[in-house]
Amino acid sequence: MSGHVFHPGHEELHGVTVVVEGASGRLWVGRYHETNERGVVLHDVAIHDPAITTVGREPWIERLRKFGVKVEEPFVLLPSKEAGPITRLTDWQPS
Amino acid sequence: MTYNEMMVKPMREEVTRLGVQELRSVAEVDGALGPGEGTALVFVNSVCGCAAGAARPALSLALRHPVKPPQLFTVFAGQDLEATARARSYFAEYQPSSPSIALLRDGEVVHFVHRHMIEGRGPEAIAADLIAAFERHCSKETARRE
Repeated sequence: MSGHVFHPGHEELHGVTVVVEGASGRLWVGRYHETNERGVVLHDVAIHDPAITTVGREPWIERLRKFGVKVEEPFVLLPSKEAGPITRLTDWQPS
Repeated sequence: MTYNEMMVKPMREEVTRLGVQELRSVAEVDGALGPGEGTALVFVNSVCGCAAGAARPALSLALRHPVKPPQLFTVFAGQDLEATARARSYFAEYQPSSPSIALLRDGEVVHFVHRHMIEGRGPEAIAADLIAAFERHCSKETARRE
């Protein structure tokens, strides 16, 4: 049942917790809502910012996978120029 | 904001008819989880699509397995707010998400299924993971066998 869409009319990733790799070097983890002309919309978002944390990407993601997403922002609109590859949290691997 | 009880009732019953005890108050949660003895499963129910399409069917499949926790509980997120918050206090290290499933042994979390592990997966795959956890953590002495 992989790829099952729970919300007909939405994109496959709608409602799924994803990792968005930012052009800024940040990782954005949240529930994917949509991509529109303004960018990528996420809900309940945790942010890995290498400028303010010494924790590496991989251990940070592993912690989220084990303990869940600690929400820092309830809603984020990532501008198109920031939003890079989008991957399910369960599938993300370091590039 | 809670949901219309008429809408939620069948979602509750989909779980309780599996033999899972619903906990609707803080006192009920403490009575069930407070002793912290043995192996207990806590299913955090939800109105969302991945509860209907994946989590509840997965629980149903997993509980058909001969080895399973002897104590089965559920709370309803977004509906029974205080009971859900209290239940989550027993696995406070884990961020709240719903639906989700906690497996506790002697008060310690030994397995946790977050919402992100449910989204977009089929009930069979989720049930297989749960069954593997049951077999790992529910000993012959404590498991409920049918």
